[in-house]
Amino acid sequence: MKDTEATLDRSELEGASPGGRSPTAMALRRLFRSHTAVAGLAITGVLVVTGLLAPWIAPHEYWRISREAVMQAPGAIPGHALGTDELGRDVLSRLVYGAQISLLLGVGATGVAVVLGVIVGAVSGYFGGWLDSLLQRVTDTFMAMPTMLVAISVTAIMERPTLASLFLIMGFLSWTTVSRVVRGQVLSLRENDYAVAARSLGAGDGRILFRHLLPNCMGPIVVLATLLVAGMILFEAGLSFLGLGVQPPYPSWGRMLLDAKPYMEESPWLMVYPGAAIVLTVLGLNFFGDGLRDAFDPRMKV
Amino acid sequence: MPGETILEVKDLRKHFPIRRGLFGRTVGQVKAVDGVSFTLARGETLGLVGESGCGKTTAGRTLLRLLDPVTGGSATFLGKDLFAQRGEELRRTRKHMQIIFQDPYGSLNPRMTVESIVGEALQIHGVVSDRKERRERVQGLLREVGLDPVRHITRYPHEFSGGQRQRIGIARAIALDPEFIMCDEPVSALDVSIQAQIINLLQSLQERKNLSYLFVAHDLKVVEHISHRVAVMYLGEIVETAGSGELYRNPIHPYTKALLSAIPVADPTVTTRREILTGEPPTPINPPAGCHFHPRCRFAEDRCRDAANPVPVYEVGEGHRVQCILAEKEGGRIVEHRPPQNAPVEV
Repeated sequence: MKDTEATLDRSELEGASPGGRSPTAMALRRLFRSHTAVAGLAITGVLVVTGLLAPWIAPHEYWRISREAVMQAPGAIPGHALGTDELGRDVLSRLVYGAQISLLLGVGATGVAVVLGVIVGAVSGYFGGWLDSLLQRVTDTFMAMPTMLVAISVTAIMERPTLASLFLIMGFLSWTTVSRVVRGQVLSLRENDYAVAARSLGAGDGRILFRHLLPNCMGPIVVLATLLVAGMILFEAGLSFLGLGVQPPYPSWGRMLLDAKPYMEESPWLMVYPGAAIVLTVLGLNFFGDGLRDAFDPRMKV
Repeated sequence: MPGETILEVKDLRKHFPIRRGLFGRTVGQVKAVDGVSFTLARGETLGLVGESGCGKTTAGRTLLRLLDPVTGGSATFLGKDLFAQRGEELRRTRKHMQIIFQDPYGSLNPRMTVESIVGEALQIHGVVSDRKERRERVQGLLREVGLDPVRHITRYPHEFSGGQRQRIGIARAIALDPEFIMCDEPVSALDVSIQAQIINLLQSLQERKNLSYLFVAHDLKVVEHISHRVAVMYLGEIVETAGSGELYRNPIHPYTKALLSAIPVADPTVTTRREILTGEPPTPINPPAGCHFHPRCRFAEDRCRDAANPVPVYEVGEGHRVQCILAEKEGGRIVEHRPPQNAPVEV
């Protein structure tokens, strides 16, 4: 993944092989050829930058209440480009901080789900036998759970869930797809000649799993993780809309929708902006995820 | 030239259970390898031929301890019981036996550079102490197999042709200086012109390092060229073994004859009499009783079908053994009685 950026296209046409290009590097090159993927990446990039730089981007503090500027339409008073809400808080600032929350929860919960899913799936697929049967039944059980209902019950019991407990709950309920995919991959890769070769060289289970099998599952894992982030953002928005997710004063897009509901008719912008933010972000992440999938496995492209 | 015996295999058996249903009840056995015996000397190549599914590859991989557990039989490798070894002892033995694969595309990890692929074994066994030393060793190995030690070392497998990949696989196999290499159809997936190069490479490596090969293949021409001795397998059993020249000049078993007559002659004016086999090879789940070949054999007699007293192994000449009653006409004498079939197999 180091040299030869400029000369790649030509040498590819000529069938020559420039030295040392990893499969990952080639996948990334395919990714950047797809317009939707690049658009998705751009939207995702905006989300990430906004989230990370929220304190510098937001014009006001998200919690700053102002009695003089309650429910102002976008642009009605200077300094509040997207208007204010029923407590006089700046909508733009809350959206920006909302991006931070969405990003944090999306990535955090996905991280939990991916780590759990990879461990369960890899162990299940590699060692097989009774361990595999047991882990697969556990996976089945988790898949049979109505995720949203369980999340609602748990958060309702907790009354005021913290951010950490939220992404633990969300991750814990969402690892099953990752584990199924990783198990399937490991199961088929395990019989590959290069895995057999490694065993014949005297490599142990850990080495075969971490050096040979899991790196070759990275494509599907990354794709799945990207799509999971989108799913988690929706999940969080849903929970927050029910008042069970992120608790005030933290601004979450789902929570903003909930707060805006009583004023839907006189102040529709209170709903439109967070709604649009959710849709755009999820769409962008899905575009990006699909692009990644096509890039990592060109044969799957229809 | 062949020296002392390094591998002695006796009555090797590898059966795969067929499991059905929720609780994985065993409903049958695929008898992939069912009583195979042979010896391999230092510096010798033993060709193992037979049609697809006859158990050649399974036999080789079982011996490399890649298909545990073995069903029955014994193997002595470098003076030690191969199937009794566990853990660290087995890991040390693995240094001495290696494998070269048929498919040059599937046998190299696509996410590793040539340097890590070839150098992995050195790292696992702690042969090299740092990256610099590993690089030097890998460069030496690449030179030995005819690859460019500077330009090729940082590349990934997909950047090579089939023949080059096979050379990488060979470099990986010889990295630990093994005594024994199982070549699992190493040239079957290559162009004919490339085949010759790889065969020559294998032969010159054998001469330089005094390697022993178990050369599994279905291409009889290639096997004749590279092997000192050839064993013919049919349905999990070795039916005939002989020195390479002897086997091709004087085949006894009807199956061997049929295989040899199937070799095309590169001369359109020569018409050879082909022994065309009728019927499909029977399944190893439920092989025919007695001599497994009898349903396809036109010389079969009643005693060929006797499961309680199967056809014994005859020796018809120096090192020429055949499991067929036709050997009696050639003056063969019985050297090994085969165990009654369907008897419980000791594990």
